[in-house]
This record gives sequence, structure tokens and C-alpha cells, in this order.
Amino acid sequence: MLLEPTAEGLWCEAGGFHVDPWRPVPLAVVTHAHADHATPGCGRYLATERTLDVMRVRFSKDLEGTPIDWSEPVDLGRCRVSLHPAGHVLGSAQIRIECDDEVLCVTGDYKREADPTVEPYEVVPCDTLLTESTFGLPVYRWPDPRAVFGRMNAWWRENAAAGRTTVFLSYAFGKAQRILAGLDPSIGPIGVHGSLVGPNSVYTRAGIELPDVLRADADSAATLAGGGAIVCPPSATGTPWIRRFNGPEGVRMGFVSGWMQVRGRRRWRAVDRGFVLSDHADWDGLISTIRECGASRVGVTHGSSEVLARYVREMMGLETFVVPTRYVGESPPTSPVPADLPGDGRGEVPGDGP
Amino acid sequence: MKRFTDLYLALDGTNSTAEKTMLLVRYLDSAPDSDAAWVVALLTGNRPKGTGATGILRDLCLRHTGHPRWLFDECRAAVGDLSETVALLLPAPDSATDEPLHVVMRDRVLALVGASVASRERIILEAWSVLDADSRLVYHKLVRGGFRVGVQRKTVAKALATVGGLDLDLVVHRLVGRFRPDPAEYRRLIAAPAPGEHLDRPYPFFLARGLDGDVDALGVPGAWTAEEKWDGIRAQLIVRRDSVRLWSRGEESIGAGFPELLAAARLPPGTVLDGEVLLWGDAGPRSFFELQRRLNRRVAPTPQLSLFGEESARFIAYDILESDGEDLRSESFESRRGRLERLLADHPSKALAVSPIIPFAEWSELAAIRAASVERGTEGLMLKRRDSIYGVGRTGGEGGWIKWKVDPFTLDAVLVGAQPGSGRRANLHTDCTFAVWDRREEPARLVTFAKAYSGLDRTEIESLDRWIRANTTGRRGPFREVRPAQVFEIAFEGIQRSSRHRSGLAVRFPRILRWRTDKPASEADDLESLAGLLPASEG
Repeated sequence: MLLEPTAEGLWCEAGGFHVDPWRPVPLAVVTHAHADHATPGCGRYLATERTLDVMRVRFSKDLEGTPIDWSEPVDLGRCRVSLHPAGHVLGSAQIRIECDDEVLCVTGDYKREADPTVEPYEVVPCDTLLTESTFGLPVYRWPDPRAVFGRMNAWWRENAAAGRTTVFLSYAFGKAQRILAGLDPSIGPIGVHGSLVGPNSVYTRAGIELPDVLRADADSAATLAGGGAIVCPPSATGTPWIRRFNGPEGVRMGFVSGWMQVRGRRRWRAVDRGFVLSDHADWDGLISTIRECGASRVGVTHGSSEVLARYVREMMGLETFVVPTRYVGESPPTSPVPADLPGDGRGEVPGDGP
Repeated sequence: MKRFTDLYLALDGTNSTAEKTMLLVRYLDSAPDSDAAWVVALLTGNRPKGTGATGILRDLCLRHTGHPRWLFDECRAAVGDLSETVALLLPAPDSATDEPLHVVMRDRVLALVGASVASRERIILEAWSVLDADSRLVYHKLVRGGFRVGVQRKTVAKALATVGGLDLDLVVHRLVGRFRPDPAEYRRLIAAPAPGEHLDRPYPFFLARGLDGDVDALGVPGAWTAEEKWDGIRAQLIVRRDSVRLWSRGEESIGAGFPELLAAARLPPGTVLDGEVLLWGDAGPRSFFELQRRLNRRVAPTPQLSLFGEESARFIAYDILESDGEDLRSESFESRRGRLERLLADHPSKALAVSPIIPFAEWSELAAIRAASVERGTEGLMLKRRDSIYGVGRTGGEGGWIKWKVDPFTLDAVLVGAQPGSGRRANLHTDCTFAVWDRREEPARLVTFAKAYSGLDRTEIESLDRWIRANTTGRRGPFREVRPAQVFEIAFEGIQRSSRHRSGLAVRFPRILRWRTDKPASEADDLESLAGLLPASEG
């Protein structure tokens, strides 16, 4: 096959590069800038300009990267490599690799729904598809995002009227900007956690329209408390930082994630509200992608890999394989807590976001 | 139904008791009595028994969606709830109509009971065609008999007291027993108090709390009395002019199972005793297992007492709540205890006895007595303050009754497998299977003896879940076999022989005490030490 799993991640022998490696390598082709796909310390990066922008904000200004335009092929070794929009976050790409007569596509993370803050997903015809499967179960089928934004704004309005500050918990890059673009600024002031400031600037530079926001800090606390909405990462829950924005009637927390589809997850999170909004493909999105790209072999990674692979094999009659995910077999028995977990912090299932 | 669904989801979505009470008041205030009656019944545990429709729900769902069974099972494991899984898998209805709760209960839930498979299928399909996705979830729960929402009886009582402008204690008392979902019954709940209305029902039980910390902290020993903590069924014996009733702490009338106790209760009308129902053998109280068997034998054995040989039931009384029709609950325990002893002093039947007071002068003396509880067939000791009143539930008579149970057994076991839990632990591998080493053969092998799913905190649960996913060596559906590397200290209350686990042993109330990250699997305990904990009679 064109890509082989190695200790560093997926390796392309014919092209002499890695795809989304999780350890430093000489040459990395990167789908998008979330931490479980983009690793600092590689010799050189090939990615979309937006992805490199975010990586520079997050890792280092002097990152050695070559931007690749959408659909513009680049020759690497014996391979022609091109990037195509994945619709996951700004700049997120699927990687198309062509070598001899074979075409392989690595989806990275992707979604099929409309989202004004990202380049719309594009079907990449291929022989072999390597798809994510974060939400690879048919219980995950997303409601219309417009309806979800309607509920989020209505909830914010209700909280503001009652003197309760509204907090939306979300990943800082991607989902957060999508939320900002969907909030109705006429309801009240919007505050953002410091970790959103960098990604926000990348979006704004790319011409994506975001509402005016305040950096949520001691200076803006009085403005935001009560009627405001704050967008921040889930790690801010329970910190003194979040408490300073308490309104006269306290604060209400809403978690914005595809996982909120399941009640048990909502209750585990112990948040006041869960909003089902995801930047990943839902079940229907995964199945239609596999069908539309015309692949005869499907590799599955990142999530419900075994389940989706079995479904594709038994119900769709395609050849399948499971691509190992990042943390498998890495934790020694004496230290059961692997450091630096992606996303939701729920094991090999990466968060809805990264 | 829509309003009830919203109520359910709102109750499910909050952890605040005040908010739950507020939500209930809002619902009860505006709902028709026939719907309100159903809400009270459902929230106080009088839910319809399962209609046997779980399999039908699943099969209809598979037919409707075309999904294979294994995929359904994977979904079920990720969601942690079959009702919700089916609701999430079904396509959205074209249109939903809103029927009142009591109509749904009558036509779409109770109608399933005893109906043929074909008509049950028809009823469910019809329900799906009128209910929206959220209401379907609630409907499935009602149909399956597992309807549960995190609302305490007390909260329901508080809401009713607010709605009726009544005293909380009065409502709590009225709610004792099974509430019938009938509009007239609902009106009775919130009606003005009437004299003598409680005659048939037990008083709300006063509950003890566990000893927290050191026994010395309870202060002067002289302020306390000690008794055995009996391992039986807590019950109230209610003697009226024309009837004798026995009510369990689960608020069920259990007299029919214990005719000899009703027969022995020759006491003045207007007497209510609190105590423990036990099976008594030659060597004292029998185990709870035996008692449960007797309790499950629904039909009363004819009063041929010889049938039970030497194993007769006894009511061990430890409190008197009413005497000559007078409510004594606000008297001190010491005074009630005096009345109880006088009442039963010359009682002719052995079946009705007073729980003996265990004399002690120093806490250390009592600690020694407690340590030998297992040999006396009891669970430890009960400490009661002499000046305490008889409270309601866990409130009132603050700290008046304390249970001082014997320490549980503990050992170190190896985690060998796990599967996702239910409810909020959905998709988190929290149902763990544990094993100990069987060293009778070379090489030693791990044999399972317990499943446990509680005892870890949030962070531990999440990191254990990650570890399990990363160290899976085999899968059978949602169950994952894992590399035997993690050691946990397991606590349990009792042990018996059983074919349920490979070790041939099973333990009672197993739970995780802590994650022994300091211990390699090879140093976990072995089968020999586990079997050594069997009671002598089973060893």
C-alpha cells in the first residue's frame, strides 16, 4: 500500500514523507492544525496556507512550511500529492496521493454539513480511502446546524434575561469560530478565552466574518457578567477564571459537541445544556463519503474503527482495514494515564474537534 | 406527552434539588389531575411493570432501519441505554401529535400488557408515528418498565406540599406505599389534612447514617445505646382494631409472607413498632440470602409453622412509634425504648422480641464487640442517642442513629476485562471484571470472581477507559479483554460458592476501593486467600 503505519505515524515510502505524524520526522504532510494531527518539531511541513498559519500561531513563528494551494499537485518522490477541502476547520485538507496507477485519499477529519467558516468539503474520487470514524455509529446523525444555533441563541437570550452568564464550552480552534459566527450579537456582548485569540485572528485574516468579541478577562468581566456569552475551552470549567464572570444569578454552562447527542455523555459532563454540533462527519456523512468517492478499499481510523470497517465490509461489500490510532500500545502499565490526550479526553476516540 | 417529555428531560438535565422541585411544582400546578397523578406515580417508583416489549422494540427498530443486530449492540453499548438507542436510530417522524400523558399511558403503554406480539407491534409502531424523537425515548422507558429519573421521593413530596400548601411531613406520610395513578388519589394527596387518615400506613422510616470517622468523636459513651445491626428486613408492625399489617422499609406490605408474625402480634390496637424481620435458626439469625428466598415466595405458606422447622420468622422490635393511637416520634429514644420494653415484657410469643441493648462503658469495649459481629450473624452495631427523636428519612433527629458496620473484606485483584457502563457511564469502560491467581497449576492462571463498577472517581474512570481501549487483547461485542496488568483493591461484604465465575466463588457488593498503580499484576492476591474468607460452614 502507498501508506504504512509506523511508530512515527503513516509513512509513504514512494513519496518519502509522513502523513500527520505524531513524532518529529523530516517531512510531514499535514491535514489540519489540531494537536492530534499536527506535531511540532518536524523538519519541514507541507500543508494549506491556513493550516500553516494556525500552526505558526500555536507552535512557532519560524516553522519551516511550504503552503500548497487547493487541488494543485506537488511531486514528492514518485508521488503526486494534492490537497482538497475537508470542511472540518479552516484550512483542513484531505490528502490525495497518486502513485503509478493508484490513487489514495486520506480524509483527515472532515464534515459534510454547510459551515460558513470553512472551505466546503469536496469529494475526492480514489481507489483507497482512509477515513476517520470519530462518530462511526448510526446513533450519531446530526440535527440541522441552523436549528442548533437557533437553540443556542434562544438559551443565551433566556439566560441573559434571567441575569445568568452564558458559557459555551468548545475547542478553541475550529468549533469556537463556528460558534462565534453562529451567535446573534444583538443578544449581548460576546467574550472569548485567551486561547481563541490566535485562531480568531487567522480566521479574520482569511476573510471569515466573525462578530466583534471581547477578550474575557478582569477588564471585561463586568461587561460580560449576566447578559454576555463566553466561548472557552472545556478545561476552563471550575477554574477561578470562569467564576469571575458570574452574573447576579450565576452562570450556565453549555457543552457544544457531537458527543452531546447521547444523554449519558451530557450527564457525565454535568453541564446545564448540551448542544449537538460537530465538525466531524456523522454516520450518514461517513457512509455517503465512502460511497461517493468510489473507493474499493477503505481504511478506517480515529474512532469506532472496527465497527465502521465491519459495516463497510459486510453491508457495502468493500475491502477494509483498520489503521492503528495514535495511542495504542503506548502506555506502560505503571503509568496508566497517557499525557496530552486529544479532544474529549475519552481514549482512542478523539474529541469532537481536534 | 410533550410536556411530560420536557419535564423528564429537564429533571434529567439538572443536579439541583431546588430546581427539580421548581420544575415539578410548575408541572403539577398546571397539569390536569389525571396527568399529575401519573407523574407522582412514576416518580415515586410505581411505574408499570415491564410490558415485555424490550425485544419487540429492538426487533422493530432493526426492521425499520435495516441495521444488523451486531451494529445495534455496538450502539447500545455506546449509548448505555436501550430506550435511547432505539430513539436515536429511528428516522424522524413526519409529524407528531401531542396526546395527554394519561392517554399515552392507557392506550400505548398499559395496552401492551398481555397483548399478542402482533398487536404489541402495531401499538408501538402507531406510537412511533405520533411521537417525536425525545418523546419516543421517554415512551420506550415507560414501555420497558425501567422508567427512572433522578428525583427523590422527598423532592416529589416537597413539590406536592408546595402545590397543596401542606406540611411536608404530612405529604411524606401520605406518599408511603404505592401511589395509584388515579386523579382522585392525586386530589387526596394535596387535600387538607383529615383526622385518622394514616391508619393503614407506616410512618416514614427514620434512617441511620454510617459512622464517619472515629467512634470516639461521638463523645460520652453514656449518651448512647448500642444494639446489633440486624441483617434482615427493616419493617413496621402496625396493629389496628381490626387488622395487623407489616410494611417493609421498601414501603411494601409484606405481611402475607410472614403469617406467623401477624398471628403473634397480639398487642393493643393503636400500636406501631419499628424493627427487623429475621429468620431464626438454631444458631441465631440466618443469612439475608435465606430471608430473601422466603420473601420471594409470594404466596404465604399455610400457617403450618412446622413447615419451616426450626427456621421461624421473628420480628425483633427496636422502637415504638405509636402507642394507644398516640404518635410518639417526638419523644426521646430512651423514653420510647422504656415503653417498648414494658409493652413486650411478658409477651407470650418468641416471634416478637425486643432487640437487646448491648451494655458498654467504654468505646473500646464496644469496638471489641463489633469486631465479633460476623460470628453473631449480624452486620455490626447500631448506635442510638438516648435523647434523639424519631426523624423522617435521613433528616430530623440529627445524627441520632448511626450504623457502625463491620469492615468489608478486601483484596487485590487483576483487571481482566471491561465493558461500557450505562447511563452517564455510557461508552466509558466501567463494568470491570476482576480475577485472582489460581496457583494450583503451573503456570498460575487468572480466574474471575467479581464484576464491579463503582469506586473510582471521574478522572480515574476516564484514564482507566483510555488504558482499556489501548490495551485490548480481544473483543466479544462491547466486552473487551485486556492485558492483565492493572491491580485494584476490591472490597466486598460476603462470599459464597457460585458457578457464576470461573473461580467458583462470588462476593456480595463488590466495589473498587482504589487503583493500585504501585503493584504489578503478579503480586495480586490468589484464589487460596479468597477461598480462605468463606464462612466456616462453606469452607
